[in-house]
Amino acid sequence: MIKSELINILTNKQKHISEKDVSLSVNLLLEYLRETLGRGGRIEIRGFGSFCLHYRPPRNAHNPKTGNRVVTKAKHSPHFKPGKDLKERVNASKLNCEIKDDDDYTSEDDGGSVSSQSTNLIL
Amino acid sequence: MTALTKADLAENLHLDLGLNKREAKDLVEDFFEEIKHALEQGKNVKLSGFGNFLLRDKPERPGRNPKTGEEIPISPRRVVTFRPGQKLRARVENYVRPDDVTTDTGSEFHT
Repeated sequence: MIKSELINILTNKQKHISEKDVSLSVNLLLEYLRETLGRGGRIEIRGFGSFCLHYRPPRNAHNPKTGNRVVTKAKHSPHFKPGKDLKERVNASKLNCEIKDDDDYTSEDDGGSVSSQSTNLIL
Repeated sequence: MTALTKADLAENLHLDLGLNKREAKDLVEDFFEEIKHALEQGKNVKLSGFGNFLLRDKPERPGRNPKTGEEIPISPRRVVTFRPGQKLRARVENYVRPDDVTTDTGSEFHT
């Protein structure tokens, strides 16, 4: 599932919010999450999971192409820990369905993959 | 610092977009519920600009009870992993925790 599909599903569920506002909301929600992590904050969504930062200390590395040694700088990377409900539901679904990856996503109701893909890119 | 919660997200939507509180709360609830629902249907979820929630099937592996040392197999399972996208990683990479500054002689200031 990609963002535009999520927006469609939410639009169909929320009859009283316009598609435009749903789309804005989804993008705003993702921005709130990025912003919080960007200033080192933590996010806790009950039943879904939590996001926090992990510290990566500087380490000695080398460029495999040139063999040059470099010291990478310390950084933080985002980390997600799935919550109990998400973990249990995903694990329970193992028996019923295969993992589907819709990288080659095309709209189901028409053959116009070009138009449907360009819509996805905009969103 | 306390963690950001669904209530905070709903409040922000209410303030920034003018959704009423009820609508904002429902939308935030549904946003996470629909992501869970897709994952539960075996679908990887890819949110451009944020990251991908990917499913992985793990085979059974040997484990042990850390308390008793008893060996017990860990059953095969399906798990969710999160791969942050470029945009999120870039936002987070240069964050410096106040305590880190001393050990980390300002190498992150490269603007």
